[in-house]
Amino acid sequence: MSVGLVLVSHSRELAQGLADVARQMAPSVTIVPAGGTDDGGIGTSFDLIAAAIGEADQGDGAILLYDLGSGYLTASTAMEFLEPDQADRVVIVDAPLVQGAVSAAISSQVGGDLRAVVSGALEARRANGPGGVRSLDDLDRLTPPR
Amino acid sequence: MACDAATTVAAIRAVAATVAEHKVELTHLDRDIGDGDHGENLSRGFTAVITKLDAGAPETPTAVLKLVATTLISTVGGASGPLFGTAFLRAATSVGDAEALDGAAVAGALTAARDGVVARGKAESGDKTMVDALTPAVIAAKAAAEGGGSVTEVLSAAADAAAEGTAATFPLQARKGRASYLGERSIGHIDPGAQSTAYLLRALAGAASD
Repeated sequence: MSVGLVLVSHSRELAQGLADVARQMAPSVTIVPAGGTDDGGIGTSFDLIAAAIGEADQGDGAILLYDLGSGYLTASTAMEFLEPDQADRVVIVDAPLVQGAVSAAISSQVGGDLRAVVSGALEARRANGPGGVRSLDDLDRLTPPR
Repeated sequence: MACDAATTVAAIRAVAATVAEHKVELTHLDRDIGDGDHGENLSRGFTAVITKLDAGAPETPTAVLKLVATTLISTVGGASGPLFGTAFLRAATSVGDAEALDGAAVAGALTAARDGVVARGKAESGDKTMVDALTPAVIAAKAAAEGGGSVTEVLSAAADAAAEGTAATFPLQARKGRASYLGERSIGHIDPGAQSTAYLLRALAGAASD
């Protein structure tokens, strides 16, 4: 058993694709995509997210990550309907979806508890990638304004 | 006139009719500063509500409100599902197991609804959201209730205030929701969530006075 992940997205394909990517680094972690509306359109689904929480939390808890604001709203509404003991071990984390999911999945794969997995997700708020401009000053240095 | 389960159902039917009537307009508003699905989303939600009400009328006002809440949450999607759903859910909790509601109970329900929306979405007044219709509505409802207003008077006051609050969203720059991504381009548009809230309250007020 390990801490599970729920990936909330407005796109079914985005959530599924991200789950596939994260599973490459975390093959034994339960990573449940919850993207798109009930009929596969763009949007979020309360029922999908609620079911995903049920699947992701196998007793050790789960974290939810989301892409856009209304994903958070739907996820937090779903959280309200959890039993209190489950609610205590399921948490939505405000972190970039893709990097957060990968980082959190790895934390769970190496045996992290809920706190460690949340910490993994939160890493994504701080971590830089290996390259690319990180400020408009960087951009100006690359291509000086005329 | 007391607002019992049957009256509450009739009021919700009036809301559904209003949402259908304004579906295209709400979608256009959302196309201007959102993702263009607000009217469609709400319409789908209230169509589902009507289907459920047709299948069996709940026995108390709270049961009606709870049915609306859970249906909207499951069918509306977007930001509106969770937000309107939470509003109706809090309203349902607020009225408890009362068989019939008076002006004070309705004002309390509106207040609980607004507080739920704020707790969920964390919008403040002036962010250009449904809260800009709801908060003025709550203030007016409370004042009407404190003056001993009937259900009709409380809802009419709320509807009037919501309409004014909605108009006041026109010059605001959005600080929440998809519109906030547009920055200054969101100025000069009515917020669709505020507009639908105002229509909803107007429909409730109209039904209460029938």
